[in-house]
Amino acid sequence: MQIQPILAALRRHRLPTLLIAMEIALACAVLCNASFMIATKWRQSQVHSGVDEASLAVLTLEGYEPVEAVDLNARVLAGLRVIPGMQSVSVVNAVPFGEHAGTAGITLDAAGRHFGGVVDFYVGGPGSFKALGLRVIAGRAPQPEDYQPMQSFLPDSARVLVTRALAEHLWPGINPLGQQFWVDKFHFQVGGVLAHLARPYGGEGGPNTIQWSIFVPAQPGAHLSGVYLLRADPAKLPRVLRDARDAIAKVAPDAVVDVSESQTISDLRQSYFRQDRAMVSMLLGVIAALLLVTALGIVGLANFWVQQRRRTIGIRRAIGATPGDILRYFQTENFLIVSIGIALGMVLAYGINLFLMTQYQLPRLPLLYLPISAIALWLLGQLAVLGPALRAAAVPPVVATRSV
Amino acid sequence: MFGYYLELALRSLRRNKVLTALMVLAIALGIGASMTTLTVLHVLSGDPVPGRSSTLYYPQIDPRDMSGYLPGKSQPMYQMSWIDGMNLLRAKRADRQALMTGGLVAVQPHNTMLDPFYEAARFTTADFFPMFGVPFEYGHPWHAADDEAHARVVVISAALDDKLFGGKDSTGKTLRLSGVAFRVVGVLGDWHPNPQFYDLLRKSFGENEGVYVPLSTSQDVGMNHDGSTDCWGNGGSGKNPSHTAPCAWLQFWVQLDTPTRAAAYKTFLVHYSEQQKALGRFQRPPNVRLRDVMQWLDYNRVVPDNVRLQTWLALGFLLVCLVNTVGLMLAKFMRRAPELGVRRALGASKRALFAQLLVESGLVGLAGGTGGLLLALLGLSLVRRQPAEYAPLAHLDPAMLLVTFLLALGASLLAGLLPAWRACQIAPALRLKSN
Repeated sequence: MQIQPILAALRRHRLPTLLIAMEIALACAVLCNASFMIATKWRQSQVHSGVDEASLAVLTLEGYEPVEAVDLNARVLAGLRVIPGMQSVSVVNAVPFGEHAGTAGITLDAAGRHFGGVVDFYVGGPGSFKALGLRVIAGRAPQPEDYQPMQSFLPDSARVLVTRALAEHLWPGINPLGQQFWVDKFHFQVGGVLAHLARPYGGEGGPNTIQWSIFVPAQPGAHLSGVYLLRADPAKLPRVLRDARDAIAKVAPDAVVDVSESQTISDLRQSYFRQDRAMVSMLLGVIAALLLVTALGIVGLANFWVQQRRRTIGIRRAIGATPGDILRYFQTENFLIVSIGIALGMVLAYGINLFLMTQYQLPRLPLLYLPISAIALWLLGQLAVLGPALRAAAVPPVVATRSV
Repeated sequence: MFGYYLELALRSLRRNKVLTALMVLAIALGIGASMTTLTVLHVLSGDPVPGRSSTLYYPQIDPRDMSGYLPGKSQPMYQMSWIDGMNLLRAKRADRQALMTGGLVAVQPHNTMLDPFYEAARFTTADFFPMFGVPFEYGHPWHAADDEAHARVVVISAALDDKLFGGKDSTGKTLRLSGVAFRVVGVLGDWHPNPQFYDLLRKSFGENEGVYVPLSTSQDVGMNHDGSTDCWGNGGSGKNPSHTAPCAWLQFWVQLDTPTRAAAYKTFLVHYSEQQKALGRFQRPPNVRLRDVMQWLDYNRVVPDNVRLQTWLALGFLLVCLVNTVGLMLAKFMRRAPELGVRRALGASKRALFAQLLVESGLVGLAGGTGGLLLALLGLSLVRRQPAEYAPLAHLDPAMLLVTFLLALGASLLAGLLPAWRACQIAPALRLKSN
């Protein structure tokens, strides 16, 4: 295939060539960034919560008097444990994808000068650590004596477990076991490291701080009441949760079930990522529409070109070109134009990404997206030009002899 | 002449239906996507208190200790503590001022057909209503004297009045809230400020509260606070924040009618901070902000990033559609070169041809705009089904309807300019000869 004549022909049709190239460039830029956003959202929605989601549910009570909290805890724990299929009931302050309860800034010195970051504290009563199914990768799980009473939203001093991500942030390159940190007057010592534990509600710090959680063992009481972690076989969990809600009317008539915060963890996770899923489907819709419009544009202009060059095609056919030659001519032409567009589009894609990075805290576009988008657009171009090119190949040589 | 061009355009568009349909479809898709996202952006970034937003300010001061203080970087406290709020309220340095917070009250209807239910409440001082221009259906707001007297009066929303009293004038009636009898003094009219600028921590968009009670009374009765509480130092927070603890949980709004008064108020805030520091209550150097409503909304990034991103994406898509239309229009006009050549030869000026071709592209734009409008309505109904706080607000208003057609017309005329100019450059003799 000779490229020279194609280039010569394109030079005579600079404007339409430029238009298609521009369209491809814009499409390439939008495609790269939109698919990168989809991938980012998808990866965020795959966050490892660290807990045994399928077997866990949460039950939240409200409306009771604080002085009744201790009594309420006892009644609820006893009342729910007897539900058939219930494996364990324990008191916690929050669960992943639920409402956050213990969000606080920590410091690495008692004087409060060295700020460590804003983290989430999971406070759990006896049994909750095992029920959550957290994986300890260093140190040890909480022992019975670690569960201390608390006078505020955190115990005054406790041996806690931090996630690996948080430990690497607070003490990079140092063994986190035995390290200390403070929240104002509350003092903590690291007794173990967890593989994963996602903070309850995403966290203000964005996706990078999603794992910044701390598990604090404590005794249930006035400051740890009203939120109960239920564990059951995944198949029986919905029924167990329903029974538990019904049982509250009997064991704790003075309390009200907060229905939106009394769900299985899987359901909470579903609704937590609902907006992201909506955004992803919107992005997919735009990409589909974009590719459609681009393809239609190529079809339209290619058709016009074929019609305009019927005589030329006829002459080429008359002097010996086969239909395959004509077909390949248009295909190569399309490939060249799309390639110019892709080259421009890659620069544009990077520019747009730089803008989005400054405005919306998006990460840098990985280079991998560029070749993938390029291949997609090359395929799209070839597909779109196939119809018009076949029509061109079917032009009979006799056209050359006609004067029109 | 216009009528003739219109006829020519219609005839030409009919001649090549596929190409016409492609152009209309491209414009419709582009317009539909951009109008959907622009409408959402327009609704979300709207002014919640038109005509007043530039005179309403949200003062912020910084009563915290030095822990975590970064000179020049630290933002002041988001909300007000009880002591500071009361001090600033009593200072009365603004034209109007209101101290408020959110709450949750149990409503016990006298009508036994209704079960007791929880309703979102606003505990506020009297200026709330005149300051925000709140309309009243029945009755009137309470007065500053009622605040002083800890009067058991309540103002309810029209929706709550419908639910409890069947929408009738309920002023003077008794309503039991959290076990205490209140006298209804007013029923709000049609008032739905969105975004809910006065307490963004509660929620940014949606329905406003049903119950409005004097702040002083709410504290007497011990009504439940519902909102964010930020404590510093040795402040701990129970269920209801204490009046003396170093905790911020109230919103304070002021009305300052002129920029000079606003500047003076900011100076007053600095003086107040200095005075409190001298007294030993504050430790940080004066760190104050005085943002008006729109600045406050902007600072809080009330418009979700997702919505902004979608708008950029849709505009990028519109650009692709536009370039696409330019290409198709070019194909279409160049195909008609022989016809144009004949018209030129018969004496039509270049300008006349240009006008004729632009009428044709305008017609494509109108058709595309209509299609885009339908697509935008479809898009907005999809947005309303999204699980977002703002979703129910996504409706097309007349202004955006007009924008849709202007955008479509403008886009298609823009797309037609280059092809029309190119088509007019043809030498008529050459065209006639080649036929």
